[in-house]
Amino acid sequence: MAKITFVTQSNETITVEGNSGNVMELAVQNKIKGIDGNCGGVCSCATCHVHVEPSDWDKVGAPNSMESDMLEFDEKVSDYSRLSCQMKISEDLDGIVLKVAN
Amino acid sequence: MSDSSSLNKTCVVIGASHAGVNFAFTLRREGWEGAIILFDSDPEIPYHRPPLSKAYLSAEDNTQLDLLFPEQNYASENIILNLGKSVVSIDKESKYIVLSDKSKQSYDKLVIATGARPFIPPINGIKTANNLFPMRTFADTVNIQNAMKNSEKKRVVIIGGGYIGLETAASLKKTGANVVVLEREERVLERVTAPEMSFFFNKLHKENNVDLLTNKNVIEIKTVKGINEVFCDDNTSYFADLIVVGVGIKVNTELATKAGLEIENGIKVDETAKTSDVDIYAIGDCTYHFNPHYNRFIRLESVQNAVDQAKVAASAICGNEVVYNAIPWFWSDQYDVKLQMVGLSQGYNEVIQRVEEENEKCQSVWYFKDDELLAVDAVNNGKAYVLGTRFIKGKQQLDKGKLKDTKIPFKPTSFLKD
Repeated sequence: MAKITFVTQSNETITVEGNSGNVMELAVQNKIKGIDGNCGGVCSCATCHVHVEPSDWDKVGAPNSMESDMLEFDEKVSDYSRLSCQMKISEDLDGIVLKVAN
Repeated sequence: MSDSSSLNKTCVVIGASHAGVNFAFTLRREGWEGAIILFDSDPEIPYHRPPLSKAYLSAEDNTQLDLLFPEQNYASENIILNLGKSVVSIDKESKYIVLSDKSKQSYDKLVIATGARPFIPPINGIKTANNLFPMRTFADTVNIQNAMKNSEKKRVVIIGGGYIGLETAASLKKTGANVVVLEREERVLERVTAPEMSFFFNKLHKENNVDLLTNKNVIEIKTVKGINEVFCDDNTSYFADLIVVGVGIKVNTELATKAGLEIENGIKVDETAKTSDVDIYAIGDCTYHFNPHYNRFIRLESVQNAVDQAKVAASAICGNEVVYNAIPWFWSDQYDVKLQMVGLSQGYNEVIQRVEEENEKCQSVWYFKDDELLAVDAVNNGKAYVLGTRFIKGKQQLDKGKLKDTKIPFKPTSFLKD
């Protein structure tokens, strides 16, 4: 189980618990504004872009190559960008804070 | 919504797929306090459709559908899902809809999200063929997989070399089928891509031992003891234990037509997704709508359009009018190839193909009309896709010579005209 905190563009902070699946799915289940996951989680649409809190970056790790190609030229990219559909939920993610990019 | 004017009102949505469901959740979020009632003839909890012909069809264990939202979210948002129920008519004067069991449901606002259905061409013998299915719903995947399981030889003929046909071919090949694709035109994906892309996918399928045949006009299907034989007009024929038909769609406009709404290549809507009736909106695949970027009316079959138009309609109904102005995007997964498309290539007069040096399976096709970039098809190339999107949105002028030069890497400024 992992507790994950989302901070939306309107500065709402929502902490939710996930057990399985990926972070995008968890966000959609919990109606996190700005995470749509339109492609269903296959790294095709970038509608689940988040900025990882820098202090949590080591827990999360770097994007895979397909994902970093999608992120590199995204207008909202930062050094801590990830596509949340590519982040598998595990205990390693417990306590992380994610800022929703859109 | 700033006042409580929606409290005692009812919004009815016909169609509970990508458009209808995203509309319902967005409407609630935008502040609609009244009832939201969805109807769909499909009995399943609304699910993602694109994976059906891709990962889903080739997966071992298909008991779990990829839901758009978990079932409990409908209850928690007070969205009523009426599944397995067909709407037969709309009375726009008295503002109610009629279901197939003759019951009525009144509405204050109505949203038509009826989408489209597979077109089954009038081929001799098609109605009596054994194990012949389209590929659009969960039920279709179940039928196709059951036919596969019950067949020893697993001979599959796919009629139509469009995206549905090619994705289905790739997925069934993975599960051990012998696949023949019969395309009527001289190349696959003829309607939607440049010859360069058709060539790429042709090669990809051949490498994966799918028999991809073009100039094959199917004229008859004969079925003897459950075995189909598919005949083409060049006197060839192919045996099939299973036939999948993917030759395009028919837009579900019948309800709207009968109700007297304006129809033109789909249900005609304005920039807020409103139909010719002030209280009826239409969203998704069934609409014929204006695209400001391309300055023309279009109809799209895509998740992007379904979701984006749903949001526009929800905002409009809640009094926050947003104009629909999106650049269309699409994707397709076949074997180890991810194709991402952005923009509309129709009307192009020049194509630039870029095959990256380190990997021929990483490439992109750029569609221009004179100096205007219209669309990009990116194969295993997220950078080309994202940059293409930016260039199209910004109407940026590109130096085609630089774009062709694979020594110049992808960067936001590296292809811009000096």
